[in-house]
Amino acid sequence: MPGQKGKAASSASRPGADVTTSGVRQPDEKQVMDERKQAAASKKYDRAGTTNIPLRSVNDKKLKSKLKSTEKTSRQAALQAAQAEFLLPQEAGYLEAEGMEKTWKFTQAQMKDAVDLNTSSKMFDLKLNDFGAYSVDYTRNGKHMLIGGRKGHIATFDWKAGRLGCEVHVRETVRDVKWLHNETMFAVAQKKYTYIYDNTGMELHCLRQHTEVNRLEFLPYHFLLATVGNAGWLKYQDTSTGKLVAELRTKQGRCDVMTQNPQNAILNLGHGNGTVSMWAPTISTPLVKMLCHKGPVRAVAIDRGGIHMATTGLDGQMKLWDLRTYKCLQQYYTKSPAATLAISHQGLLAVGYGPNVSVWKDAFRTKQKEPYVSHLSAGNTIQDIAFCPYEDVLGIGHSGGISSVVVPGSGEPNFDTMEANPYQTKSQRQETEVHSLLDKIQPEMITMEADFIGTVDRAPAEVISEERRLEWEANHPNEKFVPKHKARGKSSSQRRYLRKQTNVLDGRRNELREKMEAEKKERERDRKRALGEVEEERPRTALDRFTKRAKTQ
Amino acid sequence: MVRMDAGLSLLGKVKTISRGEDFARDRSGDIYKVTRNLDPAAHPFERAREYTRALNTVKLERLFAKPFVGALSGHIDGVYCVAKHPTKLATLFSGSADGEVRIWSLTSQKTTWTTRAHQGFVRGIAPVPFSDNFVTVGEDKIVKMWNQESTEPLNTFISRAAFTGVDHHRTKPLFATSSTQIDIWDHSRAEPVQNFSWGAETITSVKFNQTETDVFASCGTDRTVILYDLRTSSPLSKMIMKMRTNAIAWNPMEAFNFTIANEDHNCYTFDMRKMDSAMNVHKDHVSAVLDIDYSPTGEEFVTGGYDRTVRIFNAREGHSRDVYHTKRMQRIFCVKFSMDAKFVLSGSDDGNIRLWKAAASEKLGVTTNRERSATNYTKSVKDRYKHLPEIRRIDQHRRVPKSIAKAKYTKRVMVESAKKREDNERNHSKPGAVPYKAERKKNVLANEK
Repeated sequence: MPGQKGKAASSASRPGADVTTSGVRQPDEKQVMDERKQAAASKKYDRAGTTNIPLRSVNDKKLKSKLKSTEKTSRQAALQAAQAEFLLPQEAGYLEAEGMEKTWKFTQAQMKDAVDLNTSSKMFDLKLNDFGAYSVDYTRNGKHMLIGGRKGHIATFDWKAGRLGCEVHVRETVRDVKWLHNETMFAVAQKKYTYIYDNTGMELHCLRQHTEVNRLEFLPYHFLLATVGNAGWLKYQDTSTGKLVAELRTKQGRCDVMTQNPQNAILNLGHGNGTVSMWAPTISTPLVKMLCHKGPVRAVAIDRGGIHMATTGLDGQMKLWDLRTYKCLQQYYTKSPAATLAISHQGLLAVGYGPNVSVWKDAFRTKQKEPYVSHLSAGNTIQDIAFCPYEDVLGIGHSGGISSVVVPGSGEPNFDTMEANPYQTKSQRQETEVHSLLDKIQPEMITMEADFIGTVDRAPAEVISEERRLEWEANHPNEKFVPKHKARGKSSSQRRYLRKQTNVLDGRRNELREKMEAEKKERERDRKRALGEVEEERPRTALDRFTKRAKTQ
Repeated sequence: MVRMDAGLSLLGKVKTISRGEDFARDRSGDIYKVTRNLDPAAHPFERAREYTRALNTVKLERLFAKPFVGALSGHIDGVYCVAKHPTKLATLFSGSADGEVRIWSLTSQKTTWTTRAHQGFVRGIAPVPFSDNFVTVGEDKIVKMWNQESTEPLNTFISRAAFTGVDHHRTKPLFATSSTQIDIWDHSRAEPVQNFSWGAETITSVKFNQTETDVFASCGTDRTVILYDLRTSSPLSKMIMKMRTNAIAWNPMEAFNFTIANEDHNCYTFDMRKMDSAMNVHKDHVSAVLDIDYSPTGEEFVTGGYDRTVRIFNAREGHSRDVYHTKRMQRIFCVKFSMDAKFVLSGSDDGNIRLWKAAASEKLGVTTNRERSATNYTKSVKDRYKHLPEIRRIDQHRRVPKSIAKAKYTKRVMVESAKKREDNERNHSKPGAVPYKAERKKNVLANEK
């Protein structure tokens, strides 16, 4: 209501305005603003989704009242959730520049002087020159860090306390490291096989079915460890039951780019021919294939909301995509092909290329001219970067060790204890482990639409049957699809009787049919006459003298 | 120097997330803080996780479904009537076919009082409200009023016909007995103060309405259900059904609704103001239903049948919520819902009274707040996803004895073939000659006033 707003502003600017009227109007306006704010916020928290069923069309009284109350409850829940935002204890960080200053020119050393002691202790470099190019990974609560050097050095630590968990040297190539569901276990992709270690560094499992793996990804809600490697097979291993859930042949050769969509657990692989493919364990072909680059894909990252994707390729491009429309939002040219990407909880995009890491703010919304923060790790090559969850910290693994860099405003300030708790105790961790195992989602439930369960598929029958055909053919490559015609409700005697009657020819039916056809013709003729189209006159024959002529003619 | 300057200029322009190590709690003795962030982006797979929880809930429910609490054994012959104490939760009266009456303590599952009350069957027991007294009737044509204090009756009333049932008025010192007619007795009179009859050969059961206290209903061997009012001298109305009604239960919360247990394996809920059609038909028994009792909440009722099963129905639903059976339990002649709606009792031909939980998988005993809220949560999650096939299948599955499963199958075949026959008849006769008949009206033959 811009009109109202303007009025109120003018009355406020007028010093002689009647106090009582403005006093009356002010709460009204405040109320309107509050309502609008709440509506916007409740949009964010609307979990039920807007129902398009007009309640007026529901005839069943019981159903109607039930629908009404359900809708009311969900609306109220959204509103209360929005109101509870006020109670969130922390606010996000920021970095501001004045006048001629540029935020990307601030170095870590400068920031270290300006931030509190707690934050400055989070900036550190570990010089580990011997075992080269490190991969990094944080646990889901951001408390523990796992690093794996190319030449076989693996270490875990509680990085904020500076407490070393375990340190082992496996004496063979380490290509990737990944935490499993919590800090008690992690997986390492080594020269030949993939191994699982516990928090003391003891080898728990050797996964002999996962050979020559380049990339690891762990789906925490499904307890699935996914691997992809030189042979181009995507394999899913259930870490709670130990079963190999799926082996999918990508048919795209060697693959060393993989990331998960945190909203729907779809894995995105980047291939040598410039495509990004999306996979679910139940379907043997990719759900989506996107041609993203004109050269091999180097890195893929997806944001927390599962809406935006960033890719980089050897063609020197970085592209940002909208995963709802699969359209390219922005394109950037990178000086050298970027090796790694990461997106923070708050949507900051970090790009690692050569010795540089640059962090971009609002990159998905508008095309940015300059980065938000940049960091140079002189003399090193960036191997892997990862934002620490619930902290303003970016972990960088490079050829000379690892660095922990503060990026203000990157992390989600308010964690949910029920989801990921950076301060969890041992007993809380154990309890969470049991609960998350109980809530484990079955791998069959991985689909593009994560919230499909409990909704009604409103697509027409043809669309559904077509989808079924595609799904079936994807899973049975060399067989022909024969649709099952389920004859529901067709077996009652009444139906059978009526079906039989359709083939019976009787005089009455024929008469009716003829009559209907004649009427149809008549209607057609009337329509033409109304349009002014002249009827074609048949040439008159000698026999026409015996036929009756219409009176109108 | 330059660096220092730039550093100084950054002061106040940079803020980062900074929580101390003491963020989780202030002092070591405190409990850990729980912080919530309801942003949907922070909670992926909400629906899938809820669904998994609902699935786990129904699985656990089936796993923990152990409804049998205990058997009260002591009667030598079949138990033909039980009654709840009007004020004491743990006291139960029972009468058996050999004329014995017992009082039970449900907490210890032991008999506290017993006597040989009648020659032959004890046909009915009715507690006297606001007292420890109770009335029994037998086939020996005698009504006796008892008190726990002695094994001799307080009062004896003699009639001309063998009794089939008794029920006490909610407030007044009056009780009704059924035999060939309905007799209304006053505690202080030796002869009935009033009697009602409307053509029945034998009245099998009589029940007072506990809300509209002067109204009562009876059912008879001539397939009738008759409504009466004490304030009038003649019955109110009579309904004739296709088959005989065995028992009646008034809904304690909806004064005008009652449910009858019928010989045709079904129960019917009626509104006494509109008797030409049932409000609901409750199907699932595979043999005659012999007794019925409402839960004090009016939401559920329990039935016992000749098929040796106890079933619990939601009062508004057409099919049973649960079915209880044991190997040794014989024909069930009487069932009762406990006054806290937590237990059901069944008395059967094998001489035992069995105590069951009303919710088969519910935990007995004191529950903590956390337990209760967890139960409430799982219940609502289950309710949300109850229509999904996997959950519905597990939730509805009940293992029943082979004889019952077979009878159920046979019954289905019979119903389907009858339907087919009717359809055929309809298709081959003049339109309108074989009209459709609503299931709720089918079994009501006539209503008389």
